[in-house]
Amino acid sequence: MDFSFTEEQTLLRNSVNKFVAGQYDFDKRRALIKTEAGWSKANWQAIAELGLLGAPFAEEHGGLGGGPVETMIIMEELGRGLVVEPYLPTVVLGGGFLRHGGTAAHKLEHIPAIVEGQRVIAFAYAEPQGRYNLADVAVSAKKSGSGFTISGHKAVVIAGPQADHFVVTARTAGGQRDAKGISVFLVPKSAKGVATRDYPTVDGLRASDVTFENVAVGAESLLGEADHGLPLVERVVDEAIAAISAEAVGAMKVLNDTTVEYCKTRKQFGVPIGKFQVLQHRMVDMFMNYEQSVSITYMVTLKLDESDHERKKAASAAKVQIGKAGRFIGQQAVQLHGGMGMTDELNVGHYFKRLTMIDTMFGNVDHHLKRYAALSDDAKAA
Amino acid sequence: MDVSFSPAEEAFRHEVRSFIAENYPKHLRGKSRGEFGGREDFLAWHRILADKGWVAPAWPTQYGGPGWTSTQRYIFAEECARAETAIILPFGVNMVGPVIYTFGTEEQKKEHLPKILSGEVWWCQGYSEPGAGSDLASLKTTAVRDGDHYIINGQKTWTTLAQFADWIFVLARTDKNAKQQEGISFILVDMKTPGVTVRPIITMDGAHEVNEVWFEDVRVPVTNRIGEENKGWTCAKFLLSHERAGIAGVARSKRGVQRLKDLARAERDGENPLIADPDFARGVAELEIDLTALEYTELRTLAGEAAGKGPGLESSILKIKGTDIQQRLTELTLDAVAYYGMPYRPYGHELETLTNEYVPGPDYSHGAAQSYFLTRRVAIYGGSNEIQRNIIAKMVLGL
Repeated sequence: MDFSFTEEQTLLRNSVNKFVAGQYDFDKRRALIKTEAGWSKANWQAIAELGLLGAPFAEEHGGLGGGPVETMIIMEELGRGLVVEPYLPTVVLGGGFLRHGGTAAHKLEHIPAIVEGQRVIAFAYAEPQGRYNLADVAVSAKKSGSGFTISGHKAVVIAGPQADHFVVTARTAGGQRDAKGISVFLVPKSAKGVATRDYPTVDGLRASDVTFENVAVGAESLLGEADHGLPLVERVVDEAIAAISAEAVGAMKVLNDTTVEYCKTRKQFGVPIGKFQVLQHRMVDMFMNYEQSVSITYMVTLKLDESDHERKKAASAAKVQIGKAGRFIGQQAVQLHGGMGMTDELNVGHYFKRLTMIDTMFGNVDHHLKRYAALSDDAKAA
Repeated sequence: MDVSFSPAEEAFRHEVRSFIAENYPKHLRGKSRGEFGGREDFLAWHRILADKGWVAPAWPTQYGGPGWTSTQRYIFAEECARAETAIILPFGVNMVGPVIYTFGTEEQKKEHLPKILSGEVWWCQGYSEPGAGSDLASLKTTAVRDGDHYIINGQKTWTTLAQFADWIFVLARTDKNAKQQEGISFILVDMKTPGVTVRPIITMDGAHEVNEVWFEDVRVPVTNRIGEENKGWTCAKFLLSHERAGIAGVARSKRGVQRLKDLARAERDGENPLIADPDFARGVAELEIDLTALEYTELRTLAGEAAGKGPGLESSILKIKGTDIQQRLTELTLDAVAYYGMPYRPYGHELETLTNEYVPGPDYSHGAAQSYFLTRRVAIYGGSNEIQRNIIAKMVLGL
């Protein structure tokens, strides 16, 4: 039983922290998200130079050979700075598909490029009708010669505008919501028939709706086994859930610290408002929500490599805790800052928006409570 | 970071599990504390663990602790919860024992610690008073010096299981003129001393667990004081932080969630088992997830202790969240059993006057409502959950 970090892990945290503190102060970020591109290639290169883009990859591909704990540390620190560069889509999601589903050739072609900052991947999975069901896939991939032809519409693809490749879920067999018959493809954005409509999201990111019109891809673009892609998708998404849980923990910490500091200095009725017990207890509840979120993030991070059943339960548990805590902390941070909390010029709203969107990503509290309950009821067979 | 158990730890778990299976008293199996007949039922398991050297997992070895790591203590608690053994009462082992070995003299340690371990002396806690609950330091019980003795006068209340106790540890005011917290001493009192009277308080569920304890000119040797005169508040605070650490009850609640799920599979709701009802299942899932987070919060605290930090301010979180979960567990259980939550299950102390020959409903429904009512207390005792929030606000957030 050990919750301490190794010396290397502490150094890693310090280096991310230094980058965020040095290059990601609130005003710089606020200016950055208002630019046309909405991200900075210079930042991306700086992140690459710190080795962060290689964190989870094998050393033979230029990576650091890190595991879930390293990803957790990086995401938590990126969360503190609300970093908008596409680390999650490229390294955690795209990288996850390559690590778990890619062939040796895939890895050789794409991982070194990711590590060097030359490749940005976006994960195109959600569809307009599908809500949070990863198996609700209407985009089709029809066998054609030795390859496939992909057609359909993917919704709110985070980092779509920045990406040069998409990981796409498509149906190669079965009905629209069948678990079987889903395949995963790696498709260059430059492929003929791929069209994107780009837009900003409320939390300062960039996204696209992507349409595929008879996009011809070769058999080599398949990641993992044809028709049996769902378990791969679930695994990578669960890893992404662990990663955004850590990101959320970083954001929650900033909101809580900011709120406590504000309540110590803001005076009304002649005293700092932090002297009022009703506000003190609210901040204690924020603090407990944060601590419980740290705990559940450790839990899911340490369970990512267990059985599918355990991993899924852990990911859903984390997503529920993080979703609830993120909303509570965000809402209360705004409330305790009063009118100032409503403004764009204060950082509070920006963290609140990101935490709220984290709840939406990969399924909200309601979705994961149902998933958890269903998985939990399976235990009756045991 | 690593939460896996080593082969040695797994072997330890096996050893504990076998020991419980072979040695837990047969006549207590399946019985909850409310069904215990009397003093002997409470003490039976204590004595067995004492003989084995396992009754005080957290004590230093020099005083009779088993020398376990925090992980071993966690495993031991899990196995006891799994087997639903009787709880070892905290008043001796978790409360006054650590105060005595931390602040007591050699004579006091020699006199009291072995009897706490063996179960020969049953302790109770003389803290709360009718006018001093959350504001404990406003207590009015006095101990006035008379040569080599103190003369104690006053009233304590909410004294758990005082009807069985041999000794009581008392916070009493030894300096009326000092500021509130500075004039208090921590004094050990033999319950057989003339002038000590115990009166029962029956709680709304029907249980007789708590009592009033009255002191009328009770003469106690000065050598029964732990620590310096007027410095008892240090002991009091030390004890409270130890009390909170154990109060989370994570392992017991995990077992409780399993039981709840079992009974929700047995209960029918129309065509389906109750567990298939989405509203009910949601409540259970939320509870289980909160408990999972709390389990890791507790593990983090244990890891911190192992690294040399005492039970810190996190113990207030454990208390608040742990008791919240205990309450929700009994509430969901009450919801689950529907009508058969209504029949009253007499307690051990009532069996002479109330018959219990016909027990309606399935086993798991017995006493569900009473357990729900009794469990309201957990957010009140050990420093109410509002007081715990005050502690975190002041000590952690610096407000």
